[in-house]
Amino acid sequence: MSTTGTIAASRLAVGHGHHAVVRGIDLDIPAGGLLVLIGTNGSGKSTLLKTLAGLLPPLDGDVTVLGQAPGDDPRRTAYLPQHPVSSHTLPLRAADVVAMGRYARRGLLRPLRQEDRDAVTIAMRRTGAEETADRAVRDLSGGQQQRTHLAQLLAWGADVLLLDEPTAGLDLNGRATVARIIDEERARGATVVLATHELADAEHATTVVLLAQRVVSCGPPSEALRDEHLRECYGFTQPH
Amino acid sequence: MNLLVAPFTDNEFMRLALVASVLVALTCAVAGTWVVLRGLAFVGDALAHGVLPGIATALLLGISGLVGAAAGAIVMMAGVGLVTRRLRLAGDTAIGLLFVTMLALGVAITSRSESFTGDLTRILFGELLGATEGKIGVQAVALAAVSATAVVCRRPFLMLSVDEGLARSAGFSARLFGALTLAMVAVSVVTGFQTVGTMLVLGMLVAPPATGALFARRAGSMTAIAAACGAVSCWLGLLVSYHLDIAAGASIVLVATGIFTIAAMAKEVARAGRHDDELPHAHGTVHLP
Repeated sequence: MSTTGTIAASRLAVGHGHHAVVRGIDLDIPAGGLLVLIGTNGSGKSTLLKTLAGLLPPLDGDVTVLGQAPGDDPRRTAYLPQHPVSSHTLPLRAADVVAMGRYARRGLLRPLRQEDRDAVTIAMRRTGAEETADRAVRDLSGGQQQRTHLAQLLAWGADVLLLDEPTAGLDLNGRATVARIIDEERARGATVVLATHELADAEHATTVVLLAQRVVSCGPPSEALRDEHLRECYGFTQPH
Repeated sequence: MNLLVAPFTDNEFMRLALVASVLVALTCAVAGTWVVLRGLAFVGDALAHGVLPGIATALLLGISGLVGAAAGAIVMMAGVGLVTRRLRLAGDTAIGLLFVTMLALGVAITSRSESFTGDLTRILFGELLGATEGKIGVQAVALAAVSATAVVCRRPFLMLSVDEGLARSAGFSARLFGALTLAMVAVSVVTGFQTVGTMLVLGMLVAPPATGALFARRAGSMTAIAAACGAVSCWLGLLVSYHLDIAAGASIVLVATGIFTIAAMAKEVARAGRHDDELPHAHGTVHLP
Protein backbone atom coordinates (compact mmCIF):
# COMPACT_ATOMS: atom_id res chain seq x y z
CA MET A 1 0.00 0.00 0.00
CA SER A 2 1.02 3.61 -0.43
CA THR A 3 2.08 5.30 2.81
CA THR A 4 3.20 8.59 1.31
CA GLY A 5 0.46 10.63 2.99
CA THR A 6 0.26 11.73 6.61
CA ILE A 7 -2.87 9.63 6.68
CA ALA A 8 -2.88 6.62 4.39
CA ALA A 9 -5.45 3.83 4.15
CA SER A 10 -6.02 1.01 1.75
CA ARG A 11 -9.14 -1.20 1.68
CA LEU A 12 -9.71 -0.14 5.28
CA ALA A 13 -12.73 -1.56 7.12
CA VAL A 14 -13.84 0.13 10.35
CA GLY A 15 -16.42 -0.92 12.92
CA HIS A 16 -17.12 -2.15 16.43
CA GLY A 17 -16.20 -5.62 17.64
CA HIS A 18 -16.51 -7.88 14.61
CA HIS A 19 -19.18 -5.73 12.95
CA ALA A 20 -17.86 -3.59 10.09
CA VAL A 21 -19.69 -0.27 9.69
CA VAL A 22 -17.80 0.85 6.57
CA ARG A 23 -15.52 -1.15 4.24
CA GLY A 24 -13.21 -0.30 1.36
CA ILE A 25 -11.87 3.07 2.52
CA ASP A 26 -8.84 4.34 0.57
CA LEU A 27 -7.12 7.53 1.76
CA ASP A 28 -3.94 9.44 0.98
CA ILE A 29 -3.98 12.77 2.82
CA PRO A 30 -0.82 14.92 2.68
CA ALA A 31 0.64 17.02 5.49
CA GLY A 32 -1.44 20.19 5.82
CA GLY A 33 -4.42 18.50 4.19
CA LEU A 34 -8.03 18.61 5.32
CA LEU A 35 -10.06 15.40 5.21
CA VAL A 36 -13.79 16.00 5.75
CA LEU A 37 -16.07 13.10 6.64
CA ILE A 38 -19.73 13.76 5.85
CA GLY A 39 -22.71 11.47 6.13
CA THR A 40 -25.98 10.59 7.80
CA ASN A 41 -26.24 9.68 11.48
CA GLY A 42 -24.66 6.26 12.03
CA SER A 43 -22.91 6.42 8.66
CA GLY A 44 -19.48 5.63 10.14
CA LYS A 45 -17.93 9.11 10.49
CA SER A 46 -17.14 8.83 14.19
CA THR A 47 -16.11 5.18 13.80
CA LEU A 48 -13.54 6.11 11.12
CA LEU A 49 -12.33 9.04 13.24
CA LYS A 50 -11.91 6.78 16.29
CA THR A 51 -10.02 4.28 14.17
CA LEU A 52 -7.63 7.02 13.03
CA ALA A 53 -7.22 8.04 16.70
CA GLY A 54 -6.30 4.45 17.61
CA LEU A 55 -9.39 4.04 19.79
CA LEU A 56 -10.85 1.27 17.61
CA PRO A 57 -8.75 -1.37 15.84
CA PRO A 58 -9.08 -1.53 12.03
CA LEU A 59 -11.13 -4.60 11.06
CA ASP A 60 -9.49 -5.10 7.69
CA GLY A 61 -7.06 -3.45 5.27
CA ASP A 62 -4.18 -1.13 6.14
CA VAL A 63 -4.04 2.28 7.78
CA THR A 64 -1.20 4.49 8.96
CA VAL A 65 -1.12 7.90 10.64
CA LEU A 66 2.23 9.72 10.40
CA GLY A 67 3.73 6.47 9.08
CA GLN A 68 2.74 4.51 12.19
CA ALA A 69 -0.23 2.48 13.35
CA PRO A 70 -2.97 4.81 14.65
CA GLY A 71 -2.49 5.72 18.31
CA ASP A 72 1.19 4.71 18.36
CA ASP A 73 2.38 8.25 19.13
CA PRO A 74 -0.22 10.05 21.26
CA ARG A 75 1.89 13.23 21.34
CA ARG A 76 1.41 13.79 17.61
CA THR A 77 -2.30 12.98 17.22
CA ALA A 78 -4.94 15.00 19.09
CA TYR A 79 -8.57 13.92 19.30
CA LEU A 80 -11.64 16.04 20.11
CA PRO A 81 -14.49 13.69 21.04
CA GLN A 82 -18.09 14.42 20.18
CA HIS A 83 -19.89 16.06 23.14
CA PRO A 84 -17.47 15.24 25.99
CA VAL A 85 -19.79 13.47 28.38
CA SER A 86 -19.34 15.08 31.76
CA SER A 87 -19.01 18.76 30.85
CA HIS A 88 -22.34 19.61 32.46
CA THR A 89 -21.23 18.44 35.91
CA LEU A 90 -17.46 18.79 35.86
CA PRO A 91 -16.27 20.94 38.79
CA LEU A 92 -12.92 21.66 37.13
CA ARG A 93 -11.41 24.95 35.96
CA ALA A 94 -11.59 25.48 32.21
CA ALA A 95 -7.84 26.22 32.12
CA ASP A 96 -7.11 22.88 33.81
CA VAL A 97 -9.27 21.06 31.27
CA VAL A 98 -7.30 22.79 28.48
CA ALA A 99 -4.02 21.82 30.22
CA MET A 100 -5.01 18.15 29.79
CA GLY A 101 -3.98 18.69 26.18
CA ARG A 102 -0.36 18.66 27.41
CA TYR A 103 -0.62 15.35 29.29
CA ALA A 104 0.20 13.23 26.24
CA ARG A 105 3.55 15.07 26.08
CA ARG A 106 4.30 14.94 29.82
CA GLY A 107 2.93 11.48 30.59
CA LEU A 108 1.96 10.34 34.06
CA LEU A 109 4.29 12.34 36.27
CA ARG A 110 6.60 14.77 34.45
CA PRO A 111 5.65 18.27 35.63
CA LEU A 112 4.21 20.82 33.24
CA ARG A 113 6.78 23.45 32.18
CA GLN A 114 6.50 27.10 31.25
CA GLU A 115 6.14 26.12 27.57
CA ASP A 116 3.10 23.99 28.53
CA ARG A 117 1.52 26.90 30.40
CA ASP A 118 2.22 29.17 27.43
CA ALA A 119 0.62 26.65 25.05
CA VAL A 120 -2.51 26.59 27.23
CA THR A 121 -2.73 30.40 27.34
CA ILE A 122 -2.25 30.76 23.59
CA ALA A 123 -4.77 28.00 22.81
CA MET A 124 -7.42 29.64 25.00
CA ARG A 125 -6.75 33.01 23.39
CA ARG A 126 -7.09 31.53 19.90
CA THR A 127 -10.48 29.99 20.68
CA GLY A 128 -11.74 33.04 22.55
CA ALA A 129 -11.89 31.04 25.79
CA GLU A 130 -9.41 33.02 27.88
CA GLU A 131 -12.12 35.04 29.67
CA THR A 132 -13.55 31.82 31.10
CA ALA A 133 -10.19 30.29 32.10
CA ASP A 134 -10.87 30.45 35.86
CA ARG A 135 -14.48 29.31 35.73
CA ALA A 136 -15.65 25.76 36.28
CA VAL A 137 -16.51 23.99 33.02
CA ARG A 138 -19.98 23.10 34.33
CA ASP A 139 -20.78 26.79 34.76
CA LEU A 140 -20.07 27.57 31.09
CA SER A 141 -22.60 27.63 28.26
CA GLY A 142 -22.52 24.82 25.69
CA GLY A 143 -20.63 27.03 23.24
CA GLN A 144 -18.08 28.08 25.86
CA GLN A 145 -17.56 24.44 26.84
CA GLN A 146 -16.97 23.53 23.20
CA ARG A 147 -14.41 26.37 22.88
CA THR A 148 -12.67 25.01 26.00
CA HIS A 149 -12.42 21.54 24.50
CA LEU A 150 -11.25 23.02 21.21
CA ALA A 151 -8.51 24.91 23.08
CA GLN A 152 -7.47 21.63 24.69
CA LEU A 153 -7.06 20.13 21.21
CA LEU A 154 -4.87 23.08 20.13
CA ALA A 155 -2.76 22.93 23.31
CA TRP A 156 -1.82 19.39 22.29
CA GLY A 157 0.44 20.88 19.57
CA ALA A 158 -0.15 17.77 17.48
CA ASP A 159 0.62 17.09 13.81
CA VAL A 160 -2.74 15.44 13.19
CA LEU A 161 -6.00 16.88 14.57
CA LEU A 162 -9.11 14.68 14.65
CA LEU A 163 -12.31 16.64 15.32
CA ASP A 164 -15.70 14.99 15.81
CA GLU A 165 -18.43 17.55 15.04
CA PRO A 166 -16.57 20.49 16.60
CA THR A 167 -19.18 23.05 15.49
CA ALA A 168 -22.10 21.29 17.20
CA GLY A 169 -23.77 23.78 19.53
CA LEU A 170 -21.75 26.75 18.29
CA ASP A 171 -23.25 29.98 16.98
CA LEU A 172 -22.10 31.59 13.72
CA ASN A 173 -19.15 33.31 15.43
CA GLY A 174 -18.10 30.01 16.95
CA ARG A 175 -18.30 28.26 13.58
CA ALA A 176 -16.18 31.01 12.02
CA THR A 177 -13.63 30.53 14.81
CA VAL A 178 -13.43 26.78 14.13
CA ALA A 179 -12.98 27.43 10.39
CA ARG A 180 -10.23 30.00 11.09
CA ILE A 181 -8.44 27.64 13.49
CA ILE A 182 -8.52 24.80 10.96
CA ASP A 183 -6.99 27.12 8.35
CA GLU A 184 -4.27 28.25 10.80
CA GLU A 185 -3.44 24.69 11.82
CA ARG A 186 -3.17 23.59 8.20
CA ALA A 187 -0.95 26.60 7.46
CA ARG A 188 1.55 25.40 10.09
CA GLY A 189 1.54 21.95 8.45
CA ALA A 190 -0.92 20.05 10.62
CA THR A 191 -3.28 17.58 8.96
CA VAL A 192 -6.92 17.94 9.99
CA VAL A 193 -9.71 15.37 9.87
CA LEU A 194 -13.18 16.75 10.45
CA ALA A 195 -16.40 14.76 10.93
CA THR A 196 -19.36 17.02 10.28
CA HIS A 197 -22.95 17.29 9.07
CA GLU A 198 -22.30 20.67 7.44
CA LEU A 199 -21.63 20.57 3.69
CA ALA A 200 -20.17 24.09 3.97
CA ASP A 201 -17.33 22.71 6.14
CA ALA A 202 -16.11 20.75 3.12
CA GLU A 203 -15.51 23.81 0.95
CA HIS A 204 -11.74 23.97 1.53
CA ALA A 205 -11.16 20.24 1.98
CA THR A 206 -8.36 18.35 0.28
CA THR A 207 -10.52 15.23 0.30
CA VAL A 208 -14.16 14.62 1.17
CA VAL A 209 -15.49 11.17 2.05
CA LEU A 210 -19.27 10.88 1.78
CA LEU A 211 -20.44 8.03 3.99
CA ALA A 212 -23.69 6.07 4.37
CA GLN A 213 -22.38 2.91 6.09
CA ARG A 214 -20.30 2.59 2.92
CA VAL A 215 -18.18 4.96 0.89
CA VAL A 216 -20.63 6.77 -1.41
CA SER A 217 -17.92 9.01 -2.88
CA CYS A 218 -14.37 10.07 -2.10
CA GLY A 219 -12.34 12.84 -3.68
CA PRO A 220 -12.07 16.62 -3.91
CA PRO A 221 -15.26 18.48 -2.86
CA SER A 222 -16.34 19.25 -6.42
CA GLU A 223 -16.30 15.53 -7.21
CA ALA A 224 -17.38 13.94 -3.94
CA LEU A 225 -20.33 16.27 -3.33
CA ARG A 226 -21.93 16.06 -6.76
CA ASP A 227 -25.73 15.99 -6.75
CA GLU A 228 -26.01 12.30 -7.63
CA HIS A 229 -23.78 11.37 -4.68
CA LEU A 230 -25.74 13.57 -2.27
CA ARG A 231 -29.00 12.10 -3.56
CA GLU A 232 -27.61 8.60 -3.08
CA CYS A 233 -26.50 9.46 0.45
CA TYR A 234 -29.41 11.56 1.74
CA GLY A 235 -32.20 10.92 -0.77
CA PHE A 236 -32.19 14.58 -1.87
CA THR A 237 -29.72 17.26 -2.93
CA GLN A 238 -28.80 20.53 -1.30
CA PRO A 239 -30.60 23.67 -2.51
CA HIS A 240 -28.45 25.75 -4.85
CA MET B 1 -17.19 23.35 75.44
CA ASN B 2 -16.92 20.38 77.77
CA LEU B 3 -19.72 18.67 75.85
CA LEU B 4 -17.64 18.83 72.68
CA VAL B 5 -14.33 17.57 74.07
CA ALA B 6 -14.91 15.65 77.29
CA PRO B 7 -16.34 12.48 75.66
CA PHE B 8 -12.98 12.05 73.89
CA THR B 9 -10.69 13.02 76.79
CA ASP B 10 -12.61 10.84 79.26
CA ASN B 11 -13.07 7.70 77.16
CA GLU B 12 -10.41 5.61 75.43
CA PHE B 13 -13.01 3.95 73.14
CA MET B 14 -14.19 7.37 71.91
CA ARG B 15 -10.63 8.44 71.10
CA LEU B 16 -10.04 5.22 69.15
CA ALA B 17 -13.39 5.62 67.39
CA LEU B 18 -12.49 9.18 66.41
CA VAL B 19 -9.10 8.21 64.99
CA ALA B 20 -10.55 5.19 63.13
CA SER B 21 -13.47 7.10 61.67
CA VAL B 22 -11.31 10.07 60.60
CA LEU B 23 -8.97 7.66 58.79
CA VAL B 24 -12.02 6.18 57.00
CA ALA B 25 -13.23 9.69 56.19
CA LEU B 26 -9.83 10.70 54.72
CA THR B 27 -9.59 7.50 52.64
CA CYS B 28 -13.13 8.01 51.39
CA ALA B 29 -12.42 11.70 50.64
CA VAL B 30 -9.56 10.71 48.30
CA ALA B 31 -11.36 7.82 46.57
CA GLY B 32 -14.73 9.58 46.67
CA THR B 33 -13.39 12.59 44.76
CA TRP B 34 -13.01 10.33 41.73
CA VAL B 35 -16.31 8.54 42.44
CA VAL B 36 -18.09 11.90 42.19
CA LEU B 37 -16.00 13.29 39.30
CA ARG B 38 -16.60 10.16 37.23
CA GLY B 39 -20.23 9.62 38.30
CA LEU B 40 -19.50 6.22 39.88
CA ALA B 41 -21.70 6.48 42.98
CA PHE B 42 -23.82 3.51 41.90
CA VAL B 43 -20.68 1.41 41.31
CA GLY B 44 -19.55 2.41 44.81
CA ASP B 45 -22.94 1.33 46.18
CA ALA B 46 -22.67 -1.99 44.34
CA LEU B 47 -19.16 -2.56 45.67
CA ALA B 48 -20.27 -1.68 49.19
CA HIS B 49 -22.96 -4.39 49.02
CA GLY B 50 -20.94 -6.74 46.83
CA VAL B 51 -18.53 -7.44 49.68
CA LEU B 52 -21.37 -8.75 51.88
CA PRO B 53 -21.23 -12.44 50.78
CA GLY B 54 -17.45 -12.46 51.23
CA ILE B 55 -17.67 -11.09 54.76
CA ALA B 56 -20.56 -13.40 55.65
CA THR B 57 -18.66 -16.45 54.37
CA ALA B 58 -15.55 -15.38 56.28
CA LEU B 59 -17.57 -15.02 59.49
CA LEU B 60 -19.12 -18.47 59.02
CA LEU B 61 -15.68 -19.99 58.41
CA GLY B 62 -14.18 -18.12 61.34
CA ILE B 63 -11.58 -16.21 59.29
CA SER B 64 -10.93 -12.46 59.08
CA GLY B 65 -13.83 -10.42 57.69
CA LEU B 66 -11.22 -8.26 55.96
CA VAL B 67 -10.10 -11.22 53.83
CA GLY B 68 -13.73 -12.04 52.98
CA ALA B 69 -14.46 -8.44 52.08
CA ALA B 70 -11.41 -8.30 49.80
CA ALA B 71 -12.52 -11.51 48.06
CA GLY B 72 -16.06 -10.13 47.68
CA ALA B 73 -14.73 -6.88 46.23
CA ILE B 74 -12.55 -8.71 43.69
CA VAL B 75 -15.52 -10.87 42.56
CA MET B 76 -17.73 -7.78 42.32
CA MET B 77 -15.15 -5.73 40.36
CA ALA B 78 -14.52 -8.62 37.96
CA GLY B 79 -18.28 -9.13 37.58
CA VAL B 80 -18.96 -5.46 36.85
CA GLY B 81 -16.16 -5.41 34.26
CA LEU B 82 -17.29 -8.65 32.61
CA VAL B 83 -21.01 -7.89 32.48
CA THR B 84 -20.59 -4.34 31.17
CA ARG B 85 -18.13 -5.47 28.48
CA ARG B 86 -19.84 -8.68 27.33
CA LEU B 87 -23.55 -7.93 27.60
CA ARG B 88 -25.30 -5.23 25.64
CA LEU B 89 -26.86 -3.76 28.75
CA ALA B 90 -26.63 -0.22 30.11
CA GLY B 91 -23.90 -0.04 32.77
CA ASP B 92 -26.32 0.69 35.60
CA THR B 93 -28.56 -2.27 34.67
CA ALA B 94 -25.61 -4.67 34.72
CA ILE B 95 -24.33 -3.24 37.99
CA GLY B 96 -27.84 -3.31 39.50
CA LEU B 97 -28.22 -7.02 38.68
CA LEU B 98 -24.90 -7.89 40.29
CA PHE B 99 -25.63 -5.64 43.24
CA VAL B 100 -28.94 -7.32 44.20
CA THR B 101 -27.49 -10.78 43.53
CA MET B 102 -24.56 -10.18 45.87
CA LEU B 103 -26.76 -8.52 48.51
CA ALA B 104 -29.22 -11.42 48.46
CA LEU B 105 -26.36 -13.92 48.55
CA GLY B 106 -24.85 -12.12 51.53
CA VAL B 107 -28.15 -12.17 53.45
CA ALA B 108 -28.68 -15.86 52.51
CA ILE B 109 -25.22 -16.84 53.79
CA THR B 110 -25.58 -14.74 56.93
CA SER B 111 -28.96 -16.37 57.67
CA ARG B 112 -27.09 -19.67 58.17
CA SER B 113 -25.35 -18.06 61.12
CA GLU B 114 -26.81 -18.58 64.60
CA SER B 115 -26.32 -14.91 65.41
CA PHE B 116 -27.90 -13.77 62.10
CA THR B 117 -29.26 -10.39 63.16
CA GLY B 118 -26.17 -9.38 65.13
CA ASP B 119 -23.78 -10.39 62.32
CA LEU B 120 -25.79 -8.62 59.64
CA THR B 121 -26.07 -5.44 61.70
CA ARG B 122 -22.33 -5.53 62.40
CA ILE B 123 -21.50 -5.93 58.68
CA LEU B 124 -23.96 -3.29 57.46
CA PHE B 125 -23.44 -0.66 60.16
CA GLY B 126 -19.99 -1.40 61.56
CA GLU B 127 -18.61 -1.46 65.06
CA LEU B 128 -17.16 1.98 65.39
CA LEU B 129 -17.13 1.99 69.16
CA GLY B 130 -15.21 -1.28 69.08
CA ALA B 131 -12.29 0.21 67.09
CA THR B 132 -8.90 -1.29 67.97
CA GLU B 133 -5.34 -0.19 67.30
CA GLY B 134 -5.05 -3.10 64.84
CA LYS B 135 -7.99 -1.86 62.78
CA ILE B 136 -6.59 1.68 62.91
CA GLY B 137 -3.26 0.40 61.56
CA VAL B 138 -4.99 -1.33 58.63
CA GLN B 139 -6.98 1.84 57.93
CA ALA B 140 -3.80 3.96 57.96
CA VAL B 141 -2.16 1.64 55.41
CA ALA B 142 -5.31 1.85 53.24
CA LEU B 143 -5.22 5.66 53.41
CA ALA B 144 -1.56 5.71 52.34
CA ALA B 145 -2.20 3.29 49.43
CA VAL B 146 -5.28 5.13 48.15
CA SER B 147 -3.57 8.54 48.45
CA ALA B 148 -0.45 7.33 46.60
CA THR B 149 -2.62 5.89 43.80
CA ALA B 150 -4.59 9.14 43.49
CA VAL B 151 -1.41 11.25 43.29
CA VAL B 152 0.35 9.03 40.72
CA CYS B 153 -2.75 8.54 38.54
CA ARG B 154 -4.12 12.09 38.76
CA ARG B 155 -3.71 12.89 35.07
CA PRO B 156 -5.42 9.81 33.59
CA PHE B 157 -8.12 10.05 36.27
CA LEU B 158 -8.76 13.69 35.29
CA MET B 159 -8.96 12.82 31.60
CA LEU B 160 -11.27 9.88 32.27
CA SER B 161 -13.58 12.24 34.12
CA VAL B 162 -13.90 14.29 30.91
CA ASP B 163 -14.03 11.53 28.30
CA GLU B 164 -12.70 7.98 28.08
CA GLY B 165 -11.68 8.42 24.43
CA LEU B 166 -9.73 11.55 25.38
CA ALA B 167 -7.74 9.65 28.01
CA ARG B 168 -7.01 6.81 25.60
CA SER B 169 -5.95 9.19 22.82
CA ALA B 170 -3.37 10.66 25.24
CA GLY B 171 -1.91 7.18 25.70
CA PHE B 172 -3.54 6.27 29.04
CA SER B 173 -5.24 2.87 29.27
CA ALA B 174 -8.90 3.41 30.17
CA ARG B 175 -9.15 -0.20 31.34
CA LEU B 176 -6.11 0.03 33.65
CA PHE B 177 -6.92 3.40 35.17
CA GLY B 178 -10.64 2.60 35.34
CA ALA B 179 -9.75 -0.57 37.27
CA LEU B 180 -7.47 1.45 39.58
CA THR B 181 -10.34 3.85 40.32
CA LEU B 182 -12.54 0.88 41.26
CA ALA B 183 -9.67 -0.59 43.29
CA MET B 184 -9.45 2.64 45.33
CA VAL B 185 -13.19 2.43 45.99
CA ALA B 186 -12.88 -1.26 46.88
CA VAL B 187 -10.02 -0.59 49.34
CA SER B 188 -12.08 2.17 50.97
CA VAL B 189 -15.08 -0.15 51.28
CA VAL B 190 -13.13 -3.20 52.43
CA THR B 191 -11.19 -1.37 55.13
CA GLY B 192 -14.03 0.98 56.06
CA PHE B 193 -16.72 -1.66 56.65
CA GLN B 194 -15.26 -2.65 60.02
CA THR B 195 -15.56 0.93 61.22
CA VAL B 196 -18.72 2.40 59.73
CA GLY B 197 -20.15 -0.69 57.99
CA THR B 198 -20.70 -1.47 54.31
CA MET B 199 -23.94 0.49 54.08
CA LEU B 200 -22.57 3.67 55.59
CA VAL B 201 -19.12 3.71 53.99
CA LEU B 202 -20.93 4.68 50.79
CA GLY B 203 -22.21 7.79 52.55
CA MET B 204 -18.64 8.77 53.38
CA LEU B 205 -17.57 8.05 49.78
CA VAL B 206 -20.23 10.32 48.31
CA ALA B 207 -21.45 13.01 50.75
CA PRO B 208 -18.15 14.80 51.65
CA PRO B 209 -16.78 14.75 48.05
CA ALA B 210 -20.17 15.96 46.78
CA THR B 211 -19.88 18.88 49.23
CA GLY B 212 -16.40 19.52 47.83
CA ALA B 213 -17.76 19.44 44.27
CA LEU B 214 -20.15 22.28 45.15
CA PHE B 215 -17.30 24.70 45.79
CA ALA B 216 -14.09 23.32 44.28
CA ARG B 217 -12.74 23.97 40.82
CA ARG B 218 -9.85 21.52 41.13
CA ALA B 219 -9.68 17.87 42.13
CA GLY B 220 -7.12 18.65 44.86
CA SER B 221 -9.28 21.30 46.53
CA MET B 222 -12.30 19.02 46.17
CA THR B 223 -10.43 16.32 48.12
CA ALA B 224 -9.32 18.86 50.75
CA ILE B 225 -12.90 20.09 51.32
CA ALA B 226 -14.14 16.49 51.39
CA ALA B 227 -11.46 15.56 53.94
CA ALA B 228 -12.37 18.51 56.18
CA CYS B 229 -16.12 17.80 55.92
CA GLY B 230 -15.52 14.09 56.56
CA ALA B 231 -13.36 14.73 59.63
CA VAL B 232 -15.86 17.24 61.07
CA SER B 233 -18.68 14.74 60.39
CA CYS B 234 -16.80 12.09 62.39
CA TRP B 235 -16.25 14.39 65.35
CA LEU B 236 -19.82 15.78 65.42
CA GLY B 237 -21.35 12.38 64.59
CA LEU B 238 -19.56 10.70 67.48
CA LEU B 239 -20.66 13.47 69.84
CA VAL B 240 -24.29 13.06 68.71
CA SER B 241 -23.96 9.31 69.15
CA TYR B 242 -22.45 9.71 72.63
CA HIS B 243 -24.92 12.25 73.96
CA LEU B 244 -28.12 10.94 72.31
CA ASP B 245 -27.26 7.22 72.35
CA ILE B 246 -27.65 6.83 68.56
CA ALA B 247 -25.68 4.34 66.39
CA ALA B 248 -22.27 5.97 65.76
CA GLY B 249 -21.85 5.11 62.05
CA ALA B 250 -25.34 6.33 61.20
CA SER B 251 -24.79 9.56 63.18
CA ILE B 252 -21.59 10.31 61.25
CA VAL B 253 -23.22 9.76 57.85
CA LEU B 254 -26.27 11.83 58.83
CA VAL B 255 -23.99 14.70 59.83
CA ALA B 256 -22.08 14.34 56.52
CA THR B 257 -25.26 14.45 54.44
CA GLY B 258 -26.55 17.29 56.63
CA ILE B 259 -23.41 19.33 55.90
CA PHE B 260 -23.94 18.69 52.18
CA THR B 261 -27.59 19.82 52.38
CA ILE B 262 -26.71 23.04 54.25
CA ALA B 263 -23.80 23.76 51.88
CA ALA B 264 -25.97 23.17 48.79
CA MET B 265 -28.68 25.49 50.14
CA ALA B 266 -26.09 28.17 51.02
CA LYS B 267 -24.65 27.95 47.52
CA GLU B 268 -28.08 28.28 45.91
CA VAL B 269 -28.84 31.35 48.05
CA ALA B 270 -25.47 32.89 47.12
CA ARG B 271 -26.05 32.12 43.44
CA ALA B 272 -29.52 33.66 43.50
CA GLY B 273 -28.04 36.82 45.06
CA ARG B 274 -25.27 36.95 42.46
CA HIS B 275 -27.72 36.54 39.58
CA ASP B 276 -29.75 39.46 40.89
CA ASP B 277 -26.57 41.59 40.84
CA GLU B 278 -25.25 40.39 37.49
CA LEU B 279 -28.37 39.89 35.42
CA PRO B 280 -27.75 42.70 32.90
CA HIS B 281 -24.26 41.29 32.16
CA ALA B 282 -24.96 37.57 32.55
CA HIS B 283 -24.87 36.85 28.82
CA GLY B 284 -22.49 37.75 26.07
CA THR B 285 -19.35 37.74 28.21
CA VAL B 286 -17.42 35.84 25.55
CA HIS B 287 -16.73 37.72 22.36
CA LEU B 288 -14.98 36.08 19.49
CA PRO B 289 -12.58 38.04 17.34
